[in-house]
Amino acid sequence: MTAPKITPQTLPDKTTEKTPQGSHLDRILGEMSVPIFFALLCFIGIIAADLSPRFLVNEIITRLARNSFLVLSLIIPVIAGLGLNFGIVIGAMSGQAALIIITHLGIGGLPGFLLAALISVPFSVTLGWLTGQVLNRAKGREMVTGYILGFFANGLYQLVFLVLVGTLIPMNNPKLMLSSGIGLRNTIDLIAVNRALDNALFNSVKLGAFKVPWATFLVIGLLCLFTSYFTKTKLGQQMRAVGQDMHIAEVSGINVNRTRLIAIIISTVLGAWGQLIYLQNIGTFNTYNSHEQVGMFSIAALLIGGASISKATIWNALLGVLLFHTLFVVSPLAGQRILGIPQVGEYFRSFLAYGIIAVSLALHAWQSRKKVESKDKG
Amino acid sequence: MELKGRKIKSLFNFDHLKTFYEKFGLPRLIISCFLLGLFLLAFIMKMDLAILISNSLERIGMNGLLVLAMLPTLVTGVGLNFGLPLGFICGLVGGVISMEFNLTGFTGFFTAILCSLPLAALTGYLYAALLERVRGQEMMVGTYVGFAVVAGMCIFWLMAPFKNPAMIFAIGGKGLRTTLTLNEHYAKILNNFLAFKLFGVTIPTGLLLFFALFCWLAYLFLRTRTGMAMLATGANPMYATSSGINIRKMRYTSVILSNILAAIGALVYEQSYGFIQLYTAPLYMAFPAVAAALIGGATLKRATVGHIIIGTILFQTLLTIALPVTQTVLQGTDISEIARMIISNGMILYALTRNERG
Repeated sequence: MTAPKITPQTLPDKTTEKTPQGSHLDRILGEMSVPIFFALLCFIGIIAADLSPRFLVNEIITRLARNSFLVLSLIIPVIAGLGLNFGIVIGAMSGQAALIIITHLGIGGLPGFLLAALISVPFSVTLGWLTGQVLNRAKGREMVTGYILGFFANGLYQLVFLVLVGTLIPMNNPKLMLSSGIGLRNTIDLIAVNRALDNALFNSVKLGAFKVPWATFLVIGLLCLFTSYFTKTKLGQQMRAVGQDMHIAEVSGINVNRTRLIAIIISTVLGAWGQLIYLQNIGTFNTYNSHEQVGMFSIAALLIGGASISKATIWNALLGVLLFHTLFVVSPLAGQRILGIPQVGEYFRSFLAYGIIAVSLALHAWQSRKKVESKDKG
Repeated sequence: MELKGRKIKSLFNFDHLKTFYEKFGLPRLIISCFLLGLFLLAFIMKMDLAILISNSLERIGMNGLLVLAMLPTLVTGVGLNFGLPLGFICGLVGGVISMEFNLTGFTGFFTAILCSLPLAALTGYLYAALLERVRGQEMMVGTYVGFAVVAGMCIFWLMAPFKNPAMIFAIGGKGLRTTLTLNEHYAKILNNFLAFKLFGVTIPTGLLLFFALFCWLAYLFLRTRTGMAMLATGANPMYATSSGINIRKMRYTSVILSNILAAIGALVYEQSYGFIQLYTAPLYMAFPAVAAALIGGATLKRATVGHIIIGTILFQTLLTIALPVTQTVLQGTDISEIARMIISNGMILYALTRNERG
């Protein structure tokens, strides 16, 4: 995987604040303190869990392929100053709607998967546009608004697939639907598209003893290339300008609302595709809850990789997925070995996911307030 | 001349309607109409209205204090307290401690409250200190602090040194059960206090009185010196500072008060429910409370006790009667959970996007 290096996106006043001498190491340590802490935690967990290395590596390869796309889809809104896009859940829902359609039509394999990717686009563009409209009305509160919007959309999603399908929307498919003829079943089997992308390329080529989903990694690599290319285009630069200061951007002639809208639409479309990749790997999905945790887990992964609310890179995303999911694999077993209760590890895992989001949100708000205060004094 | 007069008159009428509409608010209007529609449906379908109303009354008293917990933070401009699970958990800890000593009846209930109070005050103080440092992002930080505390407490429930066999897992002998039955302790103690029947409607007098008492206290409190200072802090922080109010102290007080109300609210909720639900149960407790406060007409900047009471009544009645009514009408489809999700989150979205312009 050849993802190009992209320049660190430091805020302008940060570079002037720090002197170049001696503080370079400090800055790296400061920026990387979260990933370093979690790497240590993973290390302790791996030792405590005492898993076979082969199982662990296999698990991590699978999870990297499964989740990286979703986490990468969060980067562009961060650059545009919209913070962590909790609205990614809405993208995931459009991906699932597309999957339901192709399963209903009975189209499987790679063509089915690609068709689902195509079908999800109109849904996710429309929903992304709506999300962007709402978020533009709640400037400064994008994250909490996006978060609630996810719940709201979940309600509408359930209304469509639990009540309207079979009543207002004519559909007849006993395999997918509840016996009453109204609403979809709780779980939908995706045998037709199971691992359609994972096994699409060089299926027989193994890396040592490990099976690698080459095609999925290729797609992830392409997304990395796209993201880094995009930040260098005119639109990408405008997004960065908007992200740094909306007012200055507005004064210099950038259409702020439109730029933010585009960032959210891109993120929503990518989120839909990310969910497709995620689900084709798992092979089955819970119609009504598969999307619920997507936002939280992806955001936690991105933050663990060292990103913040105003700064995220491809490397943050990939490192974050690696660390977060290593912890995910290891913690139940580690909990059992250390304390004798497996649930402890599981709760510890969700505690970490919630806690890391809370801490980084708090740290960011704290720092930006300090910055404002020091500006006021100066 | 006459034309002009008529114009003024019609304008006046339109304005009159408009001010009424603005005062009442679109969401409250929609919810009230919806509620009325549901009641009409129930009447047409010949459902037992007495049971519907009894259940609604119980739900109102059960959730009232949790909604009231939104009042202090809204008044001082800290915003909606999405960290409600924090206070809720303090209440649960109090409840569990009282259960550990096998206390029953009012002794058990009030011991639970007494145990939870210092805890709620302490965590409220720490929570307030955090919120003070993250001004502008209080709601998002609060949400995730609440979540993190719930997840962290899951480990506590598993490891806590409780010994009462009625509370711990039957197998393994360690860790509290997911739901603790309060039947032998203080289940429904407030509900049954002085309860009576009126036209078939059971009135949970104690429960409603308890809620009314706290509403009255809140009303009185907002008229004291501290209460007035809190109102001023929310309305105009600059003005408040210049008139010598310590706005930081007011914000701290409001968060601590909110946390304490949430803790007591949790115990009222659990005694009415009849079970203490531990582990991940308190995770989404904040959302219905937030939605109820907003439906009542509270905004991010202004809230009164009246808003809280109206909101609780409208929202909880709606939730209670939506399920049986839609089930009778639509035969087997459960739309109430979906309606709850759409209404409560739609309400929060409305408040979040509206205030920016106002």
